[in-house]
Amino acid sequence: MNAKAEINDNNIKFKDSVGIVEKKLLHFNNAEKKLLLDCGQILFPFILAYETYGQLNAKKDNVILIFHALSGDSHAAGYYSEEDKKPGWWDMMIGPGKAFDTNKYYVICSNVIGGCMGSTGPSSVNPQTGKPYCLTFPQITINDMVKAQKMLLDELGIKKLFSVSGGSMGGMLGLQFMINYPDMLDSAILFATTARLSAENIAFNAVGRMAITSDPNWNNGEYYDKQPPDAGLAVARMLAHITYLSREILKEKFDRKLQDKEKYSYDFNIDFQVESYLKYQGYSFVRRFDANSYLYITKAMDYFDLTDKDGKLTPAFRNLNKNMKVAVVSFTSDWLFPTAMSKMIVNALKSQNIDVTFCEVNSNRGHDAFLLEKEKLTTIVKGFLENVERK
Amino acid sequence: MLSESRREKILENSEKLIIDYIKPNSRVLDLGCGEGALLEKLQAGKNVRAVGIEIDEKNVLTCISKGLSVCQGNIDEGLTDYADKSFDYIIINNTLQQIFKPEYVINEMRRVGKIIIIGMASFTFWKIRLSLLFHGKLPKTAFYQYEWYNTPNIRVISVKDFKIFADAHNIEILDFYGNVKNNFYKLPINIANLISKYCIFICR
Repeated sequence: MNAKAEINDNNIKFKDSVGIVEKKLLHFNNAEKKLLLDCGQILFPFILAYETYGQLNAKKDNVILIFHALSGDSHAAGYYSEEDKKPGWWDMMIGPGKAFDTNKYYVICSNVIGGCMGSTGPSSVNPQTGKPYCLTFPQITINDMVKAQKMLLDELGIKKLFSVSGGSMGGMLGLQFMINYPDMLDSAILFATTARLSAENIAFNAVGRMAITSDPNWNNGEYYDKQPPDAGLAVARMLAHITYLSREILKEKFDRKLQDKEKYSYDFNIDFQVESYLKYQGYSFVRRFDANSYLYITKAMDYFDLTDKDGKLTPAFRNLNKNMKVAVVSFTSDWLFPTAMSKMIVNALKSQNIDVTFCEVNSNRGHDAFLLEKEKLTTIVKGFLENVERK
Repeated sequence: MLSESRREKILENSEKLIIDYIKPNSRVLDLGCGEGALLEKLQAGKNVRAVGIEIDEKNVLTCISKGLSVCQGNIDEGLTDYADKSFDYIIINNTLQQIFKPEYVINEMRRVGKIIIIGMASFTFWKIRLSLLFHGKLPKTAFYQYEWYNTPNIRVISVKDFKIFADAHNIEILDFYGNVKNNFYKLPINIANLISKYCIFICR
Protein backbone atom coordinates (compact mmCIF):
# COMPACT_ATOMS: atom_id res chain seq x y z
CA MET A 1 0.00 0.00 0.00
CA ASN A 2 1.47 3.39 -0.89
CA ALA A 3 1.58 6.26 1.56
CA LYS A 4 -1.31 8.13 -0.02
CA ALA A 5 -3.61 5.14 0.09
CA GLU A 6 -2.72 4.65 3.74
CA ILE A 7 -3.66 8.22 4.60
CA ASN A 8 -7.00 7.76 2.86
CA ASP A 9 -7.46 4.57 4.77
CA ASN A 10 -6.85 6.38 8.02
CA ASN A 11 -9.26 9.11 7.03
CA ILE A 12 -11.93 6.46 6.81
CA LYS A 13 -10.74 4.83 10.01
CA PHE A 14 -10.72 8.08 11.96
CA LYS A 15 -14.01 9.31 10.57
CA ASP A 16 -16.52 9.37 13.47
CA SER A 17 -13.65 8.46 15.77
CA VAL A 18 -12.12 10.46 18.59
CA GLY A 19 -8.87 9.87 16.68
CA ILE A 20 -5.51 9.44 18.37
CA VAL A 21 -5.79 9.17 22.12
CA GLU A 22 -3.33 8.84 24.94
CA LYS A 23 -3.34 6.75 28.07
CA LYS A 24 -2.56 8.86 31.13
CA LEU A 25 -1.26 7.65 34.48
CA LEU A 26 -2.17 9.32 37.72
CA HIS A 27 0.07 8.53 40.70
CA PHE A 28 -1.59 8.56 44.09
CA ASN A 29 1.34 9.02 46.41
CA ASN A 30 0.02 11.64 48.78
CA ALA A 31 0.14 9.86 52.15
CA GLU A 32 -3.10 11.59 53.19
CA LYS A 33 -5.00 9.94 50.38
CA LYS A 34 -4.74 6.23 50.95
CA LEU A 35 -7.22 3.72 49.66
CA LEU A 36 -8.70 1.72 52.51
CA LEU A 37 -9.90 -1.55 51.02
CA ASP A 38 -12.92 -3.64 52.05
CA CYS A 39 -10.56 -6.46 53.08
CA GLY A 40 -9.08 -4.14 55.72
CA GLN A 41 -5.75 -3.53 54.01
CA ILE A 42 -4.53 -0.27 52.59
CA LEU A 43 -3.44 0.22 49.00
CA PHE A 44 -0.74 2.87 48.87
CA PRO A 45 0.77 4.22 46.78
CA PHE A 46 -1.06 3.32 43.60
CA ILE A 47 -1.52 4.34 39.99
CA LEU A 48 -4.67 4.73 37.93
CA ALA A 49 -4.55 4.61 34.15
CA TYR A 50 -7.23 6.64 32.42
CA GLU A 51 -8.20 8.19 29.12
CA THR A 52 -10.41 11.13 28.29
CA TYR A 53 -12.29 12.02 25.13
CA GLY A 54 -13.96 15.31 24.23
CA GLN A 55 -13.69 18.60 26.08
CA LEU A 56 -14.53 19.42 29.67
CA ASN A 57 -16.83 22.46 29.59
CA ALA A 58 -16.37 25.51 31.79
CA LYS A 59 -19.05 24.43 34.26
CA LYS A 60 -17.53 20.95 34.42
CA ASP A 61 -20.99 19.46 34.13
CA ASN A 62 -20.65 17.46 30.91
CA VAL A 63 -18.71 14.53 32.30
CA ILE A 64 -19.62 10.92 31.57
CA LEU A 65 -17.67 8.20 33.37
CA ILE A 66 -17.46 4.87 31.56
CA PHE A 67 -16.69 1.66 33.44
CA HIS A 68 -15.10 -1.26 31.64
CA ALA A 69 -15.91 -4.96 32.02
CA LEU A 70 -13.72 -7.81 33.31
CA SER A 71 -11.27 -7.91 30.41
CA GLY A 72 -11.54 -4.26 29.40
CA ASP A 73 -9.30 -1.31 30.15
CA SER A 74 -9.08 2.48 30.03
CA HIS A 75 -8.90 2.40 26.24
CA ALA A 76 -12.61 2.78 25.52
CA ALA A 77 -12.34 4.74 22.26
CA GLY A 78 -9.99 5.94 19.54
CA TYR A 79 -6.58 4.71 18.46
CA TYR A 80 -3.14 4.95 20.07
CA SER A 81 -1.38 5.64 16.78
CA GLU A 82 -1.91 6.06 13.06
CA GLU A 83 -0.88 2.44 12.58
CA ASP A 84 -3.07 1.09 15.38
CA LYS A 85 -5.43 -1.49 13.86
CA LYS A 86 -7.97 -1.82 16.65
CA PRO A 87 -9.86 1.02 18.32
CA GLY A 88 -10.86 1.11 22.00
CA TRP A 89 -13.36 -1.47 23.25
CA TRP A 90 -16.46 0.80 23.08
CA ASP A 91 -15.48 2.86 20.05
CA MET A 92 -18.87 2.09 18.50
CA MET A 93 -20.49 4.09 21.31
CA ILE A 94 -17.99 6.87 22.06
CA GLY A 95 -17.00 9.52 19.52
CA PRO A 96 -18.14 12.62 17.68
CA GLY A 97 -21.84 12.23 16.88
CA LYS A 98 -21.95 8.79 18.48
CA ALA A 99 -24.13 7.68 21.39
CA PHE A 100 -21.77 9.21 23.95
CA ASP A 101 -21.15 12.24 21.75
CA THR A 102 -17.67 13.61 22.38
CA ASN A 103 -18.67 16.89 20.70
CA LYS A 104 -20.90 17.39 23.70
CA TYR A 105 -19.60 15.29 26.56
CA TYR A 106 -16.28 14.82 28.28
CA VAL A 107 -15.90 11.06 28.54
CA ILE A 108 -13.55 9.47 31.05
CA CYS A 109 -12.62 5.79 31.31
CA SER A 110 -10.21 4.39 33.86
CA ASN A 111 -8.63 0.96 34.29
CA VAL A 112 -9.80 -0.70 37.53
CA ILE A 113 -7.36 -1.32 40.34
CA GLY A 114 -6.33 -4.95 40.29
CA GLY A 115 -6.11 -4.69 36.52
CA CYS A 116 -3.09 -5.09 34.31
CA MET A 117 -3.42 -2.25 31.82
CA GLY A 118 -1.74 0.58 33.69
CA SER A 119 -3.57 0.72 37.01
CA THR A 120 -1.96 -0.91 40.01
CA GLY A 121 -2.60 -4.63 40.22
CA PRO A 122 -0.85 -7.89 41.13
CA SER A 123 1.60 -7.52 38.24
CA SER A 124 2.68 -4.05 39.42
CA VAL A 125 5.89 -3.56 41.35
CA ASN A 126 5.35 -3.18 45.07
CA PRO A 127 7.44 -0.08 45.92
CA GLN A 128 8.23 -1.51 49.34
CA THR A 129 9.88 -4.66 47.99
CA GLY A 130 10.86 -3.61 44.50
CA LYS A 131 9.22 -6.80 43.20
CA PRO A 132 5.82 -7.51 41.65
CA TYR A 133 3.02 -7.87 44.21
CA CYS A 134 1.93 -11.28 42.92
CA LEU A 135 -0.35 -12.74 45.59
CA THR A 136 0.69 -10.15 48.19
CA PHE A 137 -1.59 -7.77 46.32
CA PRO A 138 -4.61 -7.25 48.58
CA GLN A 139 -7.95 -8.68 47.42
CA ILE A 140 -10.01 -5.88 45.94
CA THR A 141 -13.78 -5.49 45.54
CA ILE A 142 -16.07 -3.64 43.15
CA ASN A 143 -16.51 -1.05 45.90
CA ASP A 144 -12.72 -0.56 46.12
CA MET A 145 -12.52 -0.07 42.35
CA VAL A 146 -15.24 2.57 42.55
CA LYS A 147 -13.60 4.34 45.48
CA ALA A 148 -10.35 4.53 43.51
CA GLN A 149 -12.16 6.07 40.52
CA LYS A 150 -13.79 8.62 42.81
CA MET A 151 -10.29 9.61 43.95
CA LEU A 152 -9.38 10.07 40.29
CA LEU A 153 -12.37 12.39 39.78
CA ASP A 154 -11.34 14.36 42.88
CA GLU A 155 -7.85 14.81 41.46
CA LEU A 156 -9.31 15.99 38.16
CA GLY A 157 -11.51 18.46 40.04
CA ILE A 158 -14.74 16.88 38.84
CA LYS A 159 -17.56 17.15 41.34
CA LYS A 160 -20.56 16.17 39.25
CA LEU A 161 -21.19 13.51 36.63
CA PHE A 162 -23.81 13.89 33.96
CA SER A 163 -23.88 10.13 33.64
CA VAL A 164 -22.05 6.90 34.32
CA SER A 165 -22.29 3.86 32.12
CA GLY A 166 -20.94 0.38 31.63
CA GLY A 167 -21.85 -3.17 30.77
CA SER A 168 -21.44 -6.40 32.70
CA MET A 169 -18.89 -5.72 35.49
CA GLY A 170 -18.95 -2.10 34.30
CA GLY A 171 -22.64 -2.01 35.21
CA MET A 172 -21.80 -3.28 38.69
CA LEU A 173 -19.36 -0.40 39.12
CA GLY A 174 -22.15 1.91 37.94
CA LEU A 175 -24.57 0.57 40.57
CA GLN A 176 -21.92 0.86 43.28
CA PHE A 177 -21.14 4.43 42.21
CA MET A 178 -24.85 5.35 42.41
CA ILE A 179 -24.95 4.01 45.96
CA ASN A 180 -21.63 5.46 47.15
CA TYR A 181 -21.91 8.95 45.69
CA PRO A 182 -25.61 9.64 45.08
CA ASP A 183 -25.28 13.40 44.92
CA MET A 184 -22.58 13.32 42.27
CA LEU A 185 -24.83 11.79 39.64
CA ASP A 186 -27.59 12.90 37.29
CA SER A 187 -28.01 9.53 35.63
CA ALA A 188 -26.70 6.04 34.97
CA ILE A 189 -26.98 3.66 32.03
CA LEU A 190 -26.44 0.03 32.93
CA PHE A 191 -26.08 -2.74 30.35
CA ALA A 192 -26.32 -6.51 30.81
CA THR A 193 -25.51 -6.40 34.48
CA THR A 194 -26.62 -7.61 37.90
CA ALA A 195 -26.85 -6.44 41.48
CA ARG A 196 -25.49 -9.77 42.70
CA LEU A 197 -23.52 -12.59 41.16
CA SER A 198 -25.54 -15.79 41.07
CA ALA A 199 -24.22 -19.21 42.10
CA GLU A 200 -24.00 -19.99 38.39
CA ASN A 201 -21.89 -16.86 37.76
CA ILE A 202 -19.59 -17.70 40.66
CA ALA A 203 -19.32 -21.29 39.41
CA PHE A 204 -18.08 -20.18 36.00
CA ASN A 205 -15.57 -17.81 37.60
CA ALA A 206 -14.39 -20.59 39.93
CA VAL A 207 -13.68 -22.92 37.01
CA GLY A 208 -11.77 -20.14 35.26
CA ARG A 209 -9.64 -19.54 38.35
CA MET A 210 -9.08 -23.26 38.78
CA ALA A 211 -7.80 -23.47 35.20
CA ILE A 212 -5.22 -20.80 36.03
CA THR A 213 -4.14 -22.07 39.42
CA SER A 214 -3.86 -25.65 38.08
CA ASP A 215 -1.36 -24.55 35.47
CA PRO A 216 2.10 -25.46 36.88
CA ASN A 217 3.46 -22.24 35.40
CA TRP A 218 1.20 -20.27 37.70
CA ASN A 219 3.60 -21.12 40.54
CA ASN A 220 1.49 -19.54 43.30
CA GLY A 221 1.25 -16.36 41.31
CA GLU A 222 5.01 -15.88 41.00
CA TYR A 223 5.71 -16.14 37.32
CA TYR A 224 6.58 -12.59 36.22
CA ASP A 225 10.21 -13.48 35.51
CA LYS A 226 9.28 -16.91 34.10
CA GLN A 227 6.94 -18.55 31.64
CA PRO A 228 3.42 -17.33 32.58
CA PRO A 229 0.44 -19.72 32.96
CA ASP A 230 -0.77 -19.13 29.41
CA ALA A 231 -2.54 -22.46 29.05
CA GLY A 232 -4.52 -21.93 32.25
CA LEU A 233 -5.49 -18.38 31.37
CA ALA A 234 -6.44 -19.42 27.82
CA VAL A 235 -8.75 -22.13 29.15
CA ALA A 236 -10.30 -19.64 31.58
CA ARG A 237 -10.93 -17.24 28.71
CA MET A 238 -12.33 -19.97 26.46
CA LEU A 239 -14.82 -20.99 29.10
CA ALA A 240 -15.77 -17.40 29.86
CA HIS A 241 -16.10 -16.63 26.16
CA ILE A 242 -18.73 -19.36 25.79
CA THR A 243 -20.77 -17.64 28.49
CA TYR A 244 -20.62 -14.38 26.52
CA LEU A 245 -22.17 -16.01 23.44
CA SER A 246 -25.56 -17.59 22.88
CA ARG A 247 -26.79 -20.88 21.50
CA GLU A 248 -28.26 -19.01 18.52
CA ILE A 249 -25.09 -17.18 17.57
CA LEU A 250 -22.94 -20.31 17.97
CA LYS A 251 -25.25 -22.11 15.57
CA GLU A 252 -25.34 -19.18 13.18
CA LYS A 253 -21.57 -18.65 13.17
CA PHE A 254 -20.24 -22.20 13.41
CA ASP A 255 -22.88 -24.86 13.77
CA ARG A 256 -20.95 -28.13 13.16
CA LYS A 257 -18.74 -26.74 10.39
CA LEU A 258 -15.28 -28.30 10.15
CA GLN A 259 -12.07 -26.31 10.25
CA ASP A 260 -10.03 -26.60 7.02
CA LYS A 261 -11.06 -30.20 6.45
CA GLU A 262 -13.72 -32.30 4.82
CA LYS A 263 -13.76 -35.24 7.19
CA TYR A 264 -13.32 -35.88 10.88
CA SER A 265 -9.70 -36.40 11.87
CA TYR A 266 -10.43 -39.06 14.50
CA ASP A 267 -7.78 -37.59 16.78
CA PHE A 268 -7.62 -34.73 19.29
CA ASN A 269 -6.54 -32.07 16.86
CA ILE A 270 -9.02 -29.38 15.97
CA ASP A 271 -11.95 -30.67 13.94
CA PHE A 272 -14.62 -28.03 14.37
CA GLN A 273 -14.57 -24.32 13.58
CA VAL A 274 -15.93 -23.52 17.01
CA GLU A 275 -12.90 -25.23 18.58
CA SER A 276 -10.54 -23.23 16.46
CA TYR A 277 -12.36 -20.00 17.23
CA LEU A 278 -12.30 -20.56 20.99
CA LYS A 279 -8.65 -21.53 20.95
CA TYR A 280 -7.86 -18.35 19.05
CA GLN A 281 -9.88 -16.32 21.58
CA GLY A 282 -8.06 -18.01 24.45
CA TYR A 283 -4.56 -17.51 23.12
CA SER A 284 -5.05 -13.97 21.88
CA PHE A 285 -6.32 -13.09 25.36
CA VAL A 286 -3.14 -14.26 27.11
CA ARG A 287 -1.13 -11.82 25.02
CA ARG A 288 -2.92 -8.90 26.61
CA PHE A 289 -4.07 -10.04 30.03
CA ASP A 290 -2.39 -11.05 33.27
CA ALA A 291 -3.49 -14.32 34.92
CA ASN A 292 -3.26 -12.94 38.47
CA SER A 293 -5.40 -9.93 37.50
CA TYR A 294 -7.94 -12.41 36.15
CA LEU A 295 -8.01 -14.14 39.54
CA TYR A 296 -8.37 -10.89 41.50
CA ILE A 297 -11.00 -9.32 39.29
CA THR A 298 -13.22 -12.41 38.98
CA LYS A 299 -13.05 -12.75 42.75
CA ALA A 300 -14.05 -9.10 43.14
CA MET A 301 -17.10 -9.85 40.98
CA ASP A 302 -17.96 -12.94 43.04
CA TYR A 303 -18.04 -10.79 46.17
CA PHE A 304 -20.44 -8.34 44.53
CA ASP A 305 -23.85 -8.55 46.18
CA LEU A 306 -25.93 -5.47 46.90
CA THR A 307 -28.82 -7.39 48.44
CA ASP A 308 -29.43 -7.73 52.16
CA LYS A 309 -29.81 -10.89 54.24
CA ASP A 310 -33.32 -11.47 52.90
CA GLY A 311 -32.15 -11.14 49.31
CA LYS A 312 -33.76 -7.70 48.96
CA LEU A 313 -32.14 -5.02 46.87
CA THR A 314 -34.31 -2.07 47.93
CA PRO A 315 -32.40 -1.30 51.16
CA ALA A 316 -29.23 -0.68 49.12
CA PHE A 317 -31.15 1.84 47.00
CA ARG A 318 -32.77 3.71 49.87
CA ASN A 319 -30.32 6.62 49.80
CA LEU A 320 -30.05 7.02 46.05
CA ASN A 321 -30.45 10.45 44.55
CA LYS A 322 -34.22 10.59 44.04
CA ASN A 323 -33.85 13.01 41.14
CA MET A 324 -31.57 10.81 39.13
CA LYS A 325 -32.67 8.91 36.06
CA VAL A 326 -31.53 5.38 35.36
CA ALA A 327 -31.64 3.31 32.18
CA VAL A 328 -31.30 -0.46 32.48
CA VAL A 329 -30.78 -2.56 29.36
CA SER A 330 -30.76 -6.35 29.06
CA PHE A 331 -30.54 -8.64 26.04
CA THR A 332 -32.89 -11.49 25.19
CA SER A 333 -30.13 -14.05 24.54
CA ASP A 334 -27.87 -13.10 27.48
CA TRP A 335 -27.85 -16.12 29.78
CA LEU A 336 -24.90 -14.94 31.89
CA PHE A 337 -26.73 -11.92 33.29
CA PRO A 338 -30.24 -12.60 32.02
CA THR A 339 -33.14 -10.16 31.93
CA ALA A 340 -34.41 -11.30 35.35
CA MET A 341 -31.25 -9.83 36.90
CA SER A 342 -31.87 -6.48 35.22
CA LYS A 343 -35.52 -6.58 36.27
CA MET A 344 -34.45 -6.99 39.88
CA ILE A 345 -32.58 -3.69 39.56
CA VAL A 346 -35.48 -2.03 37.73
CA ASN A 347 -38.02 -3.14 40.32
CA ALA A 348 -35.91 -1.95 43.24
CA LEU A 349 -35.51 1.44 41.52
CA LYS A 350 -39.27 1.63 40.91
CA SER A 351 -39.94 1.01 44.59
CA GLN A 352 -37.74 4.02 45.41
CA ASN A 353 -39.68 6.27 43.01
CA ILE A 354 -36.65 6.65 40.81
CA ASP A 355 -37.29 7.47 37.18
CA VAL A 356 -36.20 4.28 35.44
CA THR A 357 -36.19 3.29 31.80
CA PHE A 358 -35.86 -0.37 30.94
CA CYS A 359 -35.48 -2.16 27.63
CA GLU A 360 -34.91 -5.84 26.92
CA VAL A 361 -33.20 -5.59 23.55
CA ASN A 362 -33.92 -8.35 21.05
CA SER A 363 -30.53 -9.74 20.15
CA ASN A 364 -29.02 -13.13 19.38
CA ARG A 365 -25.52 -12.01 20.40
CA GLY A 366 -25.70 -13.18 24.02
CA HIS A 367 -23.99 -11.27 26.81
CA ASP A 368 -21.56 -9.69 24.34
CA ALA A 369 -24.49 -7.81 22.76
CA PHE A 370 -23.56 -4.73 24.80
CA LEU A 371 -20.36 -4.53 22.74
CA LEU A 372 -22.06 -5.22 19.41
CA GLU A 373 -25.64 -3.95 19.07
CA LYS A 374 -24.57 -0.54 17.89
CA GLU A 375 -27.80 0.68 16.36
CA LYS A 376 -30.19 -0.13 19.19
CA LEU A 377 -27.77 0.92 21.93
CA THR A 378 -27.14 4.22 20.17
CA THR A 379 -30.90 4.85 20.00
CA ILE A 380 -31.22 4.07 23.69
CA VAL A 381 -28.26 6.12 24.91
CA LYS A 382 -29.02 9.15 22.74
CA GLY A 383 -32.71 9.20 23.65
CA PHE A 384 -32.03 8.61 27.32
CA LEU A 385 -29.36 11.32 27.60
CA GLU A 386 -31.84 13.71 25.96
CA ASN A 387 -34.35 12.65 28.59
CA VAL A 388 -31.79 13.38 31.34
CA GLU A 389 -30.91 16.77 29.84
CA ARG A 390 -34.53 17.87 29.85
CA LYS A 391 -34.95 17.38 33.57
CA MET B 1 -62.04 3.44 5.59
CA LEU B 2 -64.66 5.43 7.43
CA SER B 3 -64.59 3.28 10.56
CA GLU B 4 -60.80 3.53 10.67
CA SER B 5 -60.80 7.31 10.58
CA ARG B 6 -63.65 7.44 13.10
CA ARG B 7 -61.64 5.22 15.39
CA GLU B 8 -58.54 7.42 15.04
CA LYS B 9 -60.60 10.54 15.73
CA ILE B 10 -62.21 9.03 18.82
CA LEU B 11 -58.88 7.89 20.19
CA GLU B 12 -57.35 11.27 19.49
CA ASN B 13 -60.16 12.98 21.35
CA SER B 14 -59.92 10.52 24.22
CA GLU B 15 -56.26 11.52 24.56
CA LYS B 16 -57.22 15.19 24.48
CA LEU B 17 -59.77 14.65 27.21
CA ILE B 18 -57.24 12.79 29.34
CA ILE B 19 -54.57 15.45 28.81
CA ASP B 20 -57.02 18.20 29.78
CA TYR B 21 -57.94 16.32 32.91
CA ILE B 22 -54.37 15.98 34.17
CA LYS B 23 -53.02 18.76 36.34
CA PRO B 24 -49.62 20.24 35.47
CA ASN B 25 -46.47 19.07 37.30
CA SER B 26 -48.01 15.78 38.35
CA ARG B 27 -46.64 12.25 38.09
CA VAL B 28 -48.28 10.08 35.47
CA LEU B 29 -47.98 6.40 34.54
CA ASP B 30 -49.34 5.25 31.19
CA LEU B 31 -49.99 1.52 30.89
CA GLY B 32 -49.55 0.20 27.38
CA CYS B 33 -48.06 3.47 26.19
CA GLY B 34 -47.33 2.22 22.64
CA GLU B 35 -45.08 4.65 20.82
CA GLY B 36 -45.53 7.21 23.57
CA ALA B 37 -47.81 9.72 21.79
CA LEU B 38 -49.80 10.50 24.94
CA LEU B 39 -46.70 10.70 27.14
CA GLU B 40 -45.05 13.05 24.69
CA LYS B 41 -47.97 15.45 24.72
CA LEU B 42 -48.25 15.33 28.50
CA GLN B 43 -44.57 15.99 28.95
CA ALA B 44 -44.45 18.85 26.48
CA GLY B 45 -47.63 20.64 27.51
CA LYS B 46 -47.94 20.00 31.22
CA ASN B 47 -44.42 19.49 32.53
CA VAL B 48 -45.60 16.17 33.81
CA ARG B 49 -43.21 13.50 35.09
CA ALA B 50 -44.44 10.73 32.87
CA VAL B 51 -43.51 7.07 32.69
CA GLY B 52 -44.84 4.42 30.34
CA ILE B 53 -45.08 0.65 30.50
CA GLU B 54 -44.97 -1.11 27.17
CA ILE B 55 -44.46 -4.74 26.18
CA ASP B 56 -43.19 -4.38 22.61
CA GLU B 57 -39.44 -3.79 22.15
CA LYS B 58 -39.86 -1.68 19.00
CA ASN B 59 -42.35 0.61 20.74
CA VAL B 60 -40.06 0.85 23.77
CA LEU B 61 -37.14 1.90 21.56
CA THR B 62 -39.35 4.49 19.86
CA CYS B 63 -40.38 5.91 23.25
CA ILE B 64 -36.76 6.07 24.43
CA SER B 65 -35.67 7.77 21.21
CA LYS B 66 -38.25 10.47 21.94
CA GLY B 67 -36.59 11.04 25.32
CA LEU B 68 -39.43 9.42 27.25
CA SER B 69 -39.06 7.26 30.35
CA VAL B 70 -40.46 3.84 29.64
CA CYS B 71 -40.22 0.40 31.21
CA GLN B 72 -40.52 -2.62 29.00
CA GLY B 73 -42.81 -5.09 30.66
CA ASN B 74 -46.11 -6.85 30.91
CA ILE B 75 -48.88 -4.79 32.52
CA ASP B 76 -50.22 -7.97 34.09
CA GLU B 77 -47.18 -7.96 36.36
CA GLY B 78 -45.76 -4.51 35.81
CA LEU B 79 -47.02 -2.51 38.79
CA THR B 80 -45.96 -4.78 41.63
CA ASP B 81 -42.91 -2.85 42.72
CA TYR B 82 -44.21 0.68 42.59
CA ALA B 83 -44.81 2.21 46.01
CA ASP B 84 -48.36 2.98 47.17
CA LYS B 85 -49.80 6.20 45.72
CA SER B 86 -46.55 7.01 43.95
CA PHE B 87 -48.35 8.38 40.87
CA ASP B 88 -50.96 11.14 40.71
CA TYR B 89 -52.59 9.53 37.70
CA ILE B 90 -52.43 6.13 36.10
CA ILE B 91 -53.84 5.85 32.61
CA ILE B 92 -54.87 2.76 30.71
CA ASN B 93 -56.27 3.86 27.38
CA ASN B 94 -57.45 1.39 24.76
CA THR B 95 -55.47 -1.43 26.40
CA LEU B 96 -57.71 -3.00 29.07
CA GLN B 97 -59.26 -5.34 26.48
CA GLN B 98 -55.84 -6.91 25.88
CA ILE B 99 -54.76 -7.83 29.39
CA PHE B 100 -55.16 -11.16 31.16
CA LYS B 101 -55.81 -10.03 34.70
CA PRO B 102 -57.86 -6.81 34.56
CA GLU B 103 -59.19 -7.15 38.09
CA TYR B 104 -55.70 -7.48 39.50
CA VAL B 105 -54.36 -4.69 37.30
CA ILE B 106 -57.13 -2.26 38.24
CA ASN B 107 -56.60 -3.02 41.93
CA GLU B 108 -52.90 -2.41 41.45
CA MET B 109 -53.61 0.84 39.61
CA ARG B 110 -55.66 2.00 42.58
CA ARG B 111 -52.93 1.04 45.01
CA VAL B 112 -50.17 2.82 43.09
CA GLY B 113 -52.16 5.75 41.70
CA LYS B 114 -54.23 8.47 43.33
CA ILE B 115 -56.54 8.76 40.33
CA ILE B 116 -56.98 6.11 37.65
CA ILE B 117 -58.17 6.85 34.13
CA ILE B 118 -59.60 4.04 32.05
CA GLY B 119 -60.45 4.50 28.37
CA MET B 120 -62.06 1.57 26.61
CA ALA B 121 -64.27 0.45 23.78
CA SER B 122 -67.78 -0.62 24.82
CA PHE B 123 -69.21 -3.80 23.34
CA THR B 124 -72.85 -2.85 23.87
CA PHE B 125 -72.91 -0.06 21.30
CA TRP B 126 -76.28 -0.39 19.52
CA LYS B 127 -74.84 -1.32 16.14
CA ILE B 128 -72.97 -4.22 17.72
CA ARG B 129 -76.18 -5.37 19.38
CA LEU B 130 -78.08 -5.25 16.08
CA SER B 131 -75.31 -6.92 14.17
CA LEU B 132 -75.27 -9.79 16.65
CA LEU B 133 -79.04 -10.06 16.47
CA PHE B 134 -79.34 -10.00 12.68
CA HIS B 135 -76.12 -11.62 11.51
CA GLY B 136 -75.61 -14.04 14.37
CA LYS B 137 -71.85 -13.78 14.17
CA LEU B 138 -69.14 -11.65 15.75
CA PRO B 139 -69.60 -8.04 14.67
CA LYS B 140 -66.84 -6.00 13.11
CA THR B 141 -66.73 -2.33 14.02
CA ALA B 142 -64.25 0.47 14.39
CA PHE B 143 -62.93 -1.01 17.63
CA TYR B 144 -63.46 -4.68 16.81
CA GLN B 145 -61.83 -5.19 13.45
CA TYR B 146 -60.31 -8.62 13.91
CA GLU B 147 -61.52 -12.17 13.51
CA TRP B 148 -62.04 -14.21 16.66
CA TYR B 149 -58.90 -16.22 15.89
CA ASN B 150 -56.46 -13.36 15.43
CA THR B 151 -57.72 -10.59 17.67
CA PRO B 152 -55.39 -9.24 20.36
CA ASN B 153 -58.54 -8.13 22.16
CA ILE B 154 -59.12 -11.02 24.49
CA ARG B 155 -61.94 -9.32 26.42
CA VAL B 156 -65.17 -7.61 25.57
CA ILE B 157 -66.32 -5.05 28.11
CA SER B 158 -69.30 -2.72 28.20
CA VAL B 159 -69.94 0.55 29.99
CA LYS B 160 -72.46 -1.15 32.22
CA ASP B 161 -70.19 -4.09 32.98
CA PHE B 162 -67.49 -1.73 34.14
CA LYS B 163 -69.96 0.17 36.31
CA ILE B 164 -71.07 -3.10 37.95
CA PHE B 165 -67.40 -4.03 38.48
CA ALA B 166 -66.68 -0.60 39.99
CA ASP B 167 -69.63 -0.82 42.41
CA ALA B 168 -68.63 -4.30 43.52
CA HIS B 169 -65.04 -3.17 44.18
CA ASN B 170 -65.89 0.11 45.92
CA ILE B 171 -64.32 2.05 43.08
CA GLU B 172 -65.53 5.62 43.14
CA ILE B 173 -66.33 6.97 39.67
CA LEU B 174 -65.38 10.65 39.74
CA ASP B 175 -66.27 11.35 36.13
CA PHE B 176 -67.61 9.44 33.20
CA TYR B 177 -67.58 10.29 29.49
CA GLY B 178 -69.02 8.50 26.47
CA ASN B 179 -68.53 9.40 22.85
CA VAL B 180 -71.17 10.59 20.42
CA LYS B 181 -69.64 10.60 16.95
CA ASN B 182 -66.15 12.07 17.41
CA ASN B 183 -66.66 13.86 20.69
CA PHE B 184 -66.97 12.94 24.33
CA TYR B 185 -69.78 14.06 26.64
CA LYS B 186 -70.77 13.46 30.24
CA LEU B 187 -73.58 11.00 29.54
CA PRO B 188 -75.70 8.90 31.88
CA ILE B 189 -74.16 5.43 32.07
CA ASN B 190 -77.29 3.68 30.70
CA ILE B 191 -77.39 5.98 27.67
CA ALA B 192 -73.68 5.64 26.95
CA ASN B 193 -74.05 1.88 27.27
CA LEU B 194 -76.31 2.03 24.22
CA ILE B 195 -74.95 4.86 22.10
CA SER B 196 -71.20 5.07 22.82
CA LYS B 197 -68.45 3.13 21.10
CA TYR B 198 -65.83 4.35 23.52
CA CYS B 199 -65.91 5.61 27.07
CA ILE B 200 -63.65 7.02 29.73
CA PHE B 201 -63.95 6.33 33.44
CA ILE B 202 -62.07 8.52 35.87
CA CYS B 203 -61.96 6.74 39.20
CA ARG B 204 -60.43 6.58 42.59
